[in-house]
Amino acid sequence: MSDSPVSDSTLSASTAPGETASVRARPPRGLGLALLASELAILFRRTRTIAMLAALAAVPILIAVAVRVSSSGSSGRGPAFIDQITQNGLFVGVAGLILCIPLFLPLTVGVAAGDTIAGEASHGTLRYLLVAPAGRVRLLIVKFLGTVAFCIAAPLVVVLAGTVIGAILFPLGNVTLLSGDTVSISESLGRALLMSAYVSVSLIGLSAIGLFISTLTDTPVGAMAATIVISVAAQVVGSLDQLAWLHPWLFSYHWLGVVDMLRQPILWSSFGDNAILQLGYVIVFGALAYSRFVTKSILS
Amino acid sequence: MTGNAGSNAFAPGALAIETHGLTKRFGSHLAVDSVDLAVPRGSVFGFLGPNGAGKTTTIRMLLGLVGATSGSISVLGQPMPASLASVLPRVGALVEGPAFYPFLSGAANLHRLDTADRSVDGATRSDRVAQALDRVGLGHAAGKKVKAYSLGMKQRLGLANALLAPRDLLVLDEPSNGLDPQGTREVRSLIRSLAADGTTVFVSSHLLAEIEQLCSHVAVMSSGRIVSQGTLDAVRDQDVSRIRVVTTDPVGALRVLADFGLEPSVATDESTADGDVRVVLAPVPATDPGHRTSGIQPEAIVAALVAAGVPVRGFTVEESSLEDRFVALTGEGFAIAEGHSVR
Ligand SMILES: Nc1ncnc2c1ncn2[C@@H]1O[C@H](COP(=O)(O)OP(=O)(O)O)[C@@H](O)[C@H]1O
Ligand SMILES: [Mg+2]
Repeated sequence: MSDSPVSDSTLSASTAPGETASVRARPPRGLGLALLASELAILFRRTRTIAMLAALAAVPILIAVAVRVSSSGSSGRGPAFIDQITQNGLFVGVAGLILCIPLFLPLTVGVAAGDTIAGEASHGTLRYLLVAPAGRVRLLIVKFLGTVAFCIAAPLVVVLAGTVIGAILFPLGNVTLLSGDTVSISESLGRALLMSAYVSVSLIGLSAIGLFISTLTDTPVGAMAATIVISVAAQVVGSLDQLAWLHPWLFSYHWLGVVDMLRQPILWSSFGDNAILQLGYVIVFGALAYSRFVTKSILS
Repeated sequence: MTGNAGSNAFAPGALAIETHGLTKRFGSHLAVDSVDLAVPRGSVFGFLGPNGAGKTTTIRMLLGLVGATSGSISVLGQPMPASLASVLPRVGALVEGPAFYPFLSGAANLHRLDTADRSVDGATRSDRVAQALDRVGLGHAAGKKVKAYSLGMKQRLGLANALLAPRDLLVLDEPSNGLDPQGTREVRSLIRSLAADGTTVFVSSHLLAEIEQLCSHVAVMSSGRIVSQGTLDAVRDQDVSRIRVVTTDPVGALRVLADFGLEPSVATDESTADGDVRVVLAPVPATDPGHRTSGIQPEAIVAALVAAGVPVRGFTVEESSLEDRFVALTGEGFAIAEGHSVR
């Protein structure tokens, strides 16, 4: 038995060319966007994400099929926009989107945002990412951007799936807006995308909350559930007249303002107010997540 | 006790890891207590201690995963965690077992973790991943999802992750956990080859055999404290023998041995046929490395035992292996202070 650690080994030492006894310090190369690319690839290739997006796509498809099957006897019941679907397939995406705003979309965003840090912690990969070293701030930003990407994708999937199924099952034509004006098919498609963008922005505040909660725990399911509960609670509070003073501060305050994108002219102030409110949430909960995460003990 | 007077003389400051008074407290529990580590560059440093000794917690602090309660750390000559961003790209690590995304393949996992390191060249990523996988013998399983990996394969993948880029220091926390004997041999051989390249290897283990065959230096940790540190030979020589007394009166034997300034304990893992018969062990410290029994005469101990009326069934002076040293240092068995009763 030899005490020498450097005795010749049977396993060949495949030293890389240029590798010497001392590896020179390697400065960072650029921003390291590869981590963001890898985050997006993992997020959107994950079965869970695909399943959530598929479920969201199913909402307008179900609406369209249900309306088509029962449309022979036209009724005056149900929301007005559902009735309009039969006249114009372009409404399917919009109807699906509005239907998903209170529950389905926040639910999927809660899952994506709650999983960010806690999911890595529960896999144990958080310690390996940080030892790589990813950098805590950089990792937090990448995780947030991943969630933002999901917030963009989720409403878009609803609108696109709805528009496609609407075009298949119903006639297409010029769209009559809430204001009574009529716009062309191409402009109404633009409006649908604008509504999707509005909803994406609406969900970003909730993402920031979810990211913060995700830094508090090593249990992703807990972080997801807490984020979803908060989104439901905000809407409950938002429906209580006694708490009217609080309403403008709720991240869900402008959620249904998405219909302002259907007015002529477009009510851009609605978009702006919503964006400012969401930005406020990003700043506050981003700062909380930052202060928590940079000092967090990684014991998972 | 810090025996740096080994074969190699290291220039001052040529330490890959250096800690002073490193302490970590979890609530009221001291997981790591005033640890002073000195890991020479180029060494294979065994970090030895039973489960719960505080090895992983120490490693987490070295790598900036957990903040120290107090004390200072320097890794590759730079203060941690202040210089984390410039130090960690030169450090490969396996901490508290491997951890991967179960839904990704082995290669995809390494690819992912490699993107986290901003200092590496993205263009060589696929090649480096493939090389690292080949180096640990996982080339054939590169495309398999990690959830289908055995524990041993995950352990190898963890090693591959530590080898994704050229490193100055490898910190390997129990690298042979879950490996079969063949795998353990391969890991040992891999560590030797890495050390031959000049990489400093800091390897923790609760298994002595691993350390003894591999390391140039060791530190022994017990209950959060470093109880011995230095070159393998220096640590092994710190006590060269131990006294083993077989008796029906362990308390009396403990008292007599303690009177000689020894630190006896009752062995818990040695069962005797007769339930009343216990084995009392006492490591004999070498005050003078030339003399195996450090001036204490075994004959005098036997006489004292007999004089004290302790029934002696067996008395031996055993040469210690590092294993005995480990047992002695980490206090397996019931150590008894001031000769009070066993239970
Ligand atoms: N997150 C934690 N909270 C409280 N105590 C902990 C935590 N992690 C480890 N410990 C305690 O710290 C001690 C050292 O643990 P550890 O460093 O994992 O030991 P080792 O790696 O040597 O087996 C143990 O007593 C363990 O119970
Ligand atoms: Mg451990």
